[in-house]
Amino acid sequence: MPVANGTLVGVSIAPELVAPDVIDRVLAEAVARGGEMAEVFCEDRTSRTAMFDDGRVEELASGQERGAGIRVILGETTGFAHTADLSEAGLLEAARAAAAVAKQGGGGTNVVGLEKRRAYSTNAVRLHDDVATSEKLELLAKANDAARSVGGSISQVQASYAEGRRRILVATTEGVNASDDQVRTRFNVICVATGDSGLQTGFESVARTEGFELFDAVNVDELGRIAATRALSKLQARPAPSGEVPVVLAGGSGGVLFHEACGHGLEADHIVKDSSVYCGQMGELVASPLVTLVDDGTVTGEWGAFSIDDEGRPAQRNVLIENGVLTDYMWDWLRARKEGRPSSGNGRRETYQHLPMVRMTNTFLLAGQEDPEEIVAQTPHGVYVAKLGGGQVNTATGDFVFGTTEAYLIEDGKITEPLRDANLIGNGPEVLRRIDAIADDFSMMPGTCGKDGQSVPVGCGQPTLRITGVTFGGTAA
Amino acid sequence: MSELLELATRVIEQANGKEGIEAFVARGTDTELRIYDGAIESLSTATSAGIGVRVLIEGNEGAQVGFAWSGSLDHEAVDRALREARENAHFASPDPYVALAQLDGVAPSDLALTSATFDELTLDDKIAMTTELEAMTRGGDPRIRQVDSADFGDGIVESAIASTTGIRVSSQRSNAFLSVSALAGDGDETQTGSGFSVGRSAGELDLREASSQAIERSVRMLGAAKVPSMKTTVVFDPRVTSTILSVLGGALSGEAVVKGRSFFEGRLGERVANQDVTLVDDPTNPLAYGAAIFDGEGLACRRNVLINQGILEAFVYDTVAARRAGTSSTGSATRGGYGGTPGAGCRAIVLSPGEQGAEEILGGIERGLYVQSITGVHSGVSPVSGDFSVGAEGLMIRNGAFAEPVREVTVASTMQAMLLNLTAIGNDLTWLPGAACGQTLAIADFQLSGS
Repeated sequence: MPVANGTLVGVSIAPELVAPDVIDRVLAEAVARGGEMAEVFCEDRTSRTAMFDDGRVEELASGQERGAGIRVILGETTGFAHTADLSEAGLLEAARAAAAVAKQGGGGTNVVGLEKRRAYSTNAVRLHDDVATSEKLELLAKANDAARSVGGSISQVQASYAEGRRRILVATTEGVNASDDQVRTRFNVICVATGDSGLQTGFESVARTEGFELFDAVNVDELGRIAATRALSKLQARPAPSGEVPVVLAGGSGGVLFHEACGHGLEADHIVKDSSVYCGQMGELVASPLVTLVDDGTVTGEWGAFSIDDEGRPAQRNVLIENGVLTDYMWDWLRARKEGRPSSGNGRRETYQHLPMVRMTNTFLLAGQEDPEEIVAQTPHGVYVAKLGGGQVNTATGDFVFGTTEAYLIEDGKITEPLRDANLIGNGPEVLRRIDAIADDFSMMPGTCGKDGQSVPVGCGQPTLRITGVTFGGTAA
Repeated sequence: MSELLELATRVIEQANGKEGIEAFVARGTDTELRIYDGAIESLSTATSAGIGVRVLIEGNEGAQVGFAWSGSLDHEAVDRALREARENAHFASPDPYVALAQLDGVAPSDLALTSATFDELTLDDKIAMTTELEAMTRGGDPRIRQVDSADFGDGIVESAIASTTGIRVSSQRSNAFLSVSALAGDGDETQTGSGFSVGRSAGELDLREASSQAIERSVRMLGAAKVPSMKTTVVFDPRVTSTILSVLGGALSGEAVVKGRSFFEGRLGERVANQDVTLVDDPTNPLAYGAAIFDGEGLACRRNVLINQGILEAFVYDTVAARRAGTSSTGSATRGGYGGTPGAGCRAIVLSPGEQGAEEILGGIERGLYVQSITGVHSGVSPVSGDFSVGAEGLMIRNGAFAEPVREVTVASTMQAMLLNLTAIGNDLTWLPGAACGQTLAIADFQLSGS
């Protein structure tokens, strides 16, 4: 069994959430009137955030939420109910509500005996509760001081720290019985610089699926300086170009391009509804032969990593595009069942109040062989994007946008003047075919992916690469 | 007194001498339904509830504030929220501007936000209605090749706020929506369009309207292509206008302004828009989706004129941002449910309608781009700098009429320039989900980026 994140441990978190015999009775109730599969998803999540703004510790907030989501599958129909009441009575009531859609069904389903629980521990070394609050607040003050020291034009700094722990337990009538303990830590700095041209912002963040040991490897001063420098450099920035230009995306810019250009389009829920441009393309060349794209929930510590997905399936590494050829889509339980294949470990949900669906984990392009500096040197004219922001895609048409937060002109093979922020627009399959150079560097970036009203943490990554032409949406004619 | 208000009151009554406490309690019951291919794809029903507690500790250099929330209203969860909020407060920096809302004598408006007929339709009726929406959309035009999903949702949310400064309010609202997403196809080509209808009960929803929007918007995009880059006038569809005004509302938040995070900072009293622009945030308008009786701190919501005939007149404030700016709350505290603390924001922005309808506006444009949807708002529009760059699709306007469909282009400007370059404001006010009303809007001098 692949165990890349937490360690498989004998001790289960289950007794704290719901006792095993209660789970058995709730599952039995859920399918008592029909239904092919029932699932109980229990979750306990705690979070703490601290915000340093305008020169002071503005706010500390903490919260807790626990509950269970129960789904019953009957044919193509899913019945779902959730409750914050984890008592047996509360769970049975939710089970009956979820089963209401199965009222037409005949006869009950036999509940397969649950397998021995697979309980994963967190990979966190320093749990947040073992760290004094003052130590967390010191980080914020340090980042603030470092950002403000960059220059007098830095007019505002906001630094925030967030920690979260999410313990889940999944059990189904098919015998799935697994639990996970997911610990995440995030640190953001946003700066505003003020100049004659108005206000500009700079953002930098770090986020990993680990505990407070994150800060052994990350220097928050550096995060503050990067965010501040990014804001400052844009005060002198020229308007971004308008129209199609060659674009070099830096290795550290983030992999949001692939997340939007093809990641969402390779999610099987869009495939089974024929609402993705990548439908029916299996085995076809869908990208430049230089492109090998992987979605991998097992990369320890990455923002989109976990031991089991929110359907109890172990995280796995899935090669989606290999040397330009489409090799697989991403699957959750429901869509995999339709195709008679196993899930790929991509069933995720924001909280127990949500139904799972196909989601990415850590999606990245594998490194190539070129020298990143050579790629820039061999680009006579274009744009160098040092940092990307978010993006958005229409999976049915393949059209997608993604935003820059730090970009420069390339003139005669050299990186020159900074550019103001803008969106770029392209069509997924077209842009993937236009990648003509991939470097040997690589870097990941954390993000929050929104789909159908649910947000989940994901990682994106890529090496430095060049697209021969993509439409830049600036104001410079 | 409502059950939730009783609970909130019990929490704040535990305040000791130097403490201020505010408790926000909310409970919602929701039904969500998705139909696909004539059958129920998913049906969920649930009740969720929670509490958010703010504790202030007064000191000589100001108050320290701490916040904690819990996604449950059982005793243990409520006690824990209060305990953690107290603990958290000790770590905050003392701040002379931090305070709980004070009653200001503004009378709450008399709004009926819960439909009297909310329970009139049964679950089976709602299933039948959503199934019909899907079928009507699939069968509405031979070029519709797929309906991605047809969704229905409705729910009732109750909330209550109590504070040691004398706030005691509770309110309830209901809402309902239908939405449908259609794919039009022609050969290898696919275009998409969505339609929706919103109201305060299922019975108010208009499935024909939702269906025809989705069909029209997807079918008219068939054959869409990129056009060459150009400087052009852009006409925004009411839905797009609503989105843009919502972002503009972010820049009009007094909290953003006082913290130097808005391009409107320091511009009060100046001309920021052409003189046809009068922009009001009015949550007391019952037609507004964001209509509310009380704000996120329990003060009465009120009508605030923000831009008057092109002159920037005011910002919206919650209590703390107002004190920081040396003014008083405009009853504009918003909060993202029980898990969030109050901030200043708009709920119901309306741009005063002009004389012309959509057709008249289009008729007066020789060449331009009609934009029916935009993408990348969060990555390309900044309420801080005002920079504006979004993906767009729609139709070219030639000689006053719709011409060829256009996709995969961006339109860019700055919010500052857009307000000054407004050439026509439609009279077709359309209330949409979100914080702003929509209408047809024509703005000159956009840079369109294409091939």
